Amino acid sequence: MAKLTKSDVLHVAKLAKLDLTESEIKKFTPQLAKIVDYISELSEVDTGHTEPTSQTTGLTDVFRPDKVNSDQILSPDAALSGTEETHNGYFKVKAILIERSDK
Amino acid sequence: MNTPLTIKETQEGLKNKSFSAVELVDAYLKKINEKNKELNVFLTVTEEEAYKKAKEIDGSDKSLPLFGAVTAYKDLYLTKGVRTTAASKVLESYVPAYSGTVVKKLEEAGTIMIGKTNCDAWAHGASGENSDFGPTKNPWNKEYVPGGSSSGSAAAVASGMSLIAMGTDTGGSVRQPANFCGLVGLKPTYGAISRYGVIAMASSLDTIGSFAHTVPDIEIMFNALKGEDGLDASVINFPSPKKKSKYTLGIAKEFFLKGLDSEVEETVNKAVKVFEKMGITVKEVSLPHTKYAVPVYYIIQPAEVSSNLGRFDGIRYGNGRETFGDEAKRRIMLGTYVLSAGYYDAFYLKAQKVRSKLIQDFDSAFTQVDAIISPVSPTPPFKIGEISSDPLEMYLEDIYTAGINLTGLPGLAIPFEVSKKGLPIGFQILGPRFSEEILFDLGNKFHKEIDYKPSIAY
Repeated sequence: MAKLTKSDVLHVAKLAKLDLTESEIKKFTPQLAKIVDYISELSEVDTGHTEPTSQTTGLTDVFRPDKVNSDQILSPDAALSGTEETHNGYFKVKAILIERSDK
Repeated sequence: MNTPLTIKETQEGLKNKSFSAVELVDAYLKKINEKNKELNVFLTVTEEEAYKKAKEIDGSDKSLPLFGAVTAYKDLYLTKGVRTTAASKVLESYVPAYSGTVVKKLEEAGTIMIGKTNCDAWAHGASGENSDFGPTKNPWNKEYVPGGSSSGSAAAVASGMSLIAMGTDTGGSVRQPANFCGLVGLKPTYGAISRYGVIAMASSLDTIGSFAHTVPDIEIMFNALKGEDGLDASVINFPSPKKKSKYTLGIAKEFFLKGLDSEVEETVNKAVKVFEKMGITVKEVSLPHTKYAVPVYYIIQPAEVSSNLGRFDGIRYGNGRETFGDEAKRRIMLGTYVLSAGYYDAFYLKAQKVRSKLIQDFDSAFTQVDAIISPVSPTPPFKIGEISSDPLEMYLEDIYTAGINLTGLPGLAIPFEVSKKGLPIGFQILGPRFSEEILFDLGNKFHKEIDYKPSIAY
């Protein structure tokens, strides 16, 4: 199996929205490479006729009635209680779009 | 006053008026004030809430199943109005707007919350050293780790700062610290207890675990907590299996791997002899995929971690993603890697298939035996700093525990011996899904046979 490289680390950090410092990249690359090397051991297991498992007690789809449960609803104030930046009862976030420069 | 060791002792004392619930809280807080700085067990002590509840209990009819039981929660349990950090700087000042199901149920059963305990941040670790608020120390010897990730919960009970405690077990995080601190620890069957309102680590593996000094106390807690709440869709109501007069106990040769410490091996062998003396038939079983449990676990678990920690963006609550510690960053990246295009089939899908093989191993073993005895950790408690510099070495601590989460089975860690260095050492018994009652019966009978007397480290 291919060895994990610095460019893989940069790629997954970008996918996971983690900004790494130079020293973190230097530290994490060999650590992650060693772990990836270790988990690659699984390739030796014959799983040709084996189905994958993601749920161990055999439940599949679980439904609930489509009803509003008022105990499960946070008031707007409670929902906003963890943030410092609000505006008219909404979460305030940084702009994710920039103004077009071609107009 | 000395803090009691069991729920029964607590309740008899309250009923006989040997002490009041307020005096009980005084005694636990005294312990906390004396030792918490040194051992770093609690991140938040809920003194005010504890006294309020104690006064309520002193004025009530004392009939609830857990009345008066002083309880500590791993800081992953959401507690309305009480800071909940996951031992991470990301949630350093997060105060939840609601409490989870376990906290509500224990509250209604008459417990007294005493505080929120330290742990490996986001439950990532096997020693307690990954906390963003400093490591917890083992109350039996503070140069040693208490185990993890539910480090503070185990240390709280072992040191008499709380009677019982709640933890979470995703790959051994209750059984291993219970083992390192000389406590009984239960990892229930996947889907036995609701995880609603507990910060998620890896959702196909996460279970609600508990710590106490005795098996009967663990049983009382389990009965108060199990069952559907309509809020965690993985939970199912289940019938309890019938206790038997004769059991067959399995032992797997694959557990005696290279790297198993001789003292741990001797302890397990000695426990097997006790079981035999009790008239239990011991039979060898085969679990051929045991050695793949850790690689499967370190694919599936980080994959689910990377997804669950994706929600922490610092916008609605908490700090930004730059405040994640090293271990969380490593697991997020490892999980993202095994799920990413080009690697999904080779890692994630492959791991899910080998997970099926592990399940087949155990299911086939349980057609021959009622339960299986196993080591908990491959080593006795180790020193702080001894292995924490190498993440992979720490992952190997999970060899005997992670497979149980991957297969969804229940496991009960049982304290037994003391290591040469004076630290606790024990074993675990594993059973088929929803066979907790059988594990309690076996654990109880074992402790009766050896005339086990729990004790507090201080």
